[in-house]
Amino acid sequence: METTEPLLRVQGLGKTFRMYHLDSMLHAFEGISFDLHAGEFLLLKGRNGAGKSTLLRTLWRSYLPVEGHIWYRSQLGMIDLARAADVDIALLRRQEIGFVTQFLTARPRVAAQDIVAEPLRLAGHAPEEALDQARHWLGEFGVRPELWRAYPSTFSGGEQQKVNLARALILPQRLLLLDEPTASLDAGARAALVRRLADLKASGVAIIGVFHHPGDVAELIDREIDLATRAIADDSERIDHVAL
Amino acid sequence: MSIDMSVSPAPLLPPQLMQTEALLTMRGLSRTYGAVRALRNVDVTVYPGEVMGVVGESGSGKSTLLRMMNLEDTPDRGDYRLRLRDRDDGNLFELGRYQRRMLCAHHIGIVYQNPHLGLLMRHSSSGNVAERLLIAGERSFDVLRSKARDALDASEFPLDRMDSRPAELSGGMQQRVQLAKAIALEPALLLLDEPTTGLDVSVQALVLDTLKRLQRDRQITMVLVSHDLGVIRTMADRVLVMRHGEVVEQGLADQVFQDPQHPYTQQLVHAKL
Repeated sequence: METTEPLLRVQGLGKTFRMYHLDSMLHAFEGISFDLHAGEFLLLKGRNGAGKSTLLRTLWRSYLPVEGHIWYRSQLGMIDLARAADVDIALLRRQEIGFVTQFLTARPRVAAQDIVAEPLRLAGHAPEEALDQARHWLGEFGVRPELWRAYPSTFSGGEQQKVNLARALILPQRLLLLDEPTASLDAGARAALVRRLADLKASGVAIIGVFHHPGDVAELIDREIDLATRAIADDSERIDHVAL
Repeated sequence: MSIDMSVSPAPLLPPQLMQTEALLTMRGLSRTYGAVRALRNVDVTVYPGEVMGVVGESGSGKSTLLRMMNLEDTPDRGDYRLRLRDRDDGNLFELGRYQRRMLCAHHIGIVYQNPHLGLLMRHSSSGNVAERLLIAGERSFDVLRSKARDALDASEFPLDRMDSRPAELSGGMQQRVQLAKAIALEPALLLLDEPTTGLDVSVQALVLDTLKRLQRDRQITMVLVSHDLGVIRTMADRVLVMRHGEVVEQGLADQVFQDPQHPYTQQLVHAKL
């Protein structure tokens, strides 16, 4: 794997928020560097507030980095996500990069199966085929069939999260960012999520994740970054971390 | 703590991956009304299928900008191009009155906050929609009626009310008639000027949902002006923030709301959330 070009090369990445109303700075992280290859799974570690979610959101470009580069080898060419035009970022979010949070933005009057099918529809899949796949994944994550045509805005947190995951993972991306996706999931759904992530990883999807209980995905992790110490642990050191 | 300029993000690069050309390009728009500078060197680029949100308080120039996009007004300086199939009209501000009217009728739809601006209140709802088709040259009564019906249906207007006059309808229904009229000719560009302002919150959510559906099903390019950040957040892919006639910030909607860069945007976001 080391001989191939990385999918993602992060160099000296830093983020500081400037808050004008307080006339102050909020420092999140600096000097983050790592490579990520296709099919690799990178775990972000660190205590609360260490900047794990902030780093994910910076890679996703909800946050604008103040220094460094995020070189991403897109199917359309190499691009620095740190400075790429907004429309290029929007394009990559539609086609290559996925972000899964613990929150579903339910919309009024859109059925669960339509929410899940939407990424496929936008990617040009036929309506019936997209719906078939959507139902398949809703089933995999343990959403009961009688809820497939209901509006998730009324679902419980756990059920909403299943819909959210089914939607986020239905269309394989090249790079997947996960922000505590197992929060509020029951054991069955957690197992389904781990199975799906293993399949995606095996098919070459590169994954960067923050997990409240990293033990859930222990077998998938190739490397870790500890944001508290900013040390990158390689595969051999991983065992110690995860065993805890 | 002093403000350190080195912690500002670097300026973004021009698009590299995007293969599609922009639908709407405005460059260097400036306009004064008497002593008031309504627009100051404004640039806007909108790509096909995007929803561009424009936020700012009243007097920021956002509605003036939308009127320029609808060719209702021209700037003192500036260039406006729409990339439409099979035609190049050059700078649209230089078109004659008739050409402008035809271009708007065929390619640009608009929904105003005030339905009186967009509708004839004493004509039937279907008649209002058909009027747009008449301007575009449609003469067959059957075609007019069926196309008006389709547009009203797509706007989720209850068809058993299509012969009612807008004056007899609720605010939400009036907006749906405006929307039907705006989309009847399948325009390349849909302009929305505070389309849900003044509606009850529940009605507002339904109208926004209709807009989202239309956007998803037809990939209509939209420019949405609103002072309501919640509306912009729900709808927009990218956002322009305007103040005193200038664009002070633009970015992906989630970035503008979660990591606003300009002091004014920070103030707006913090005030609303």
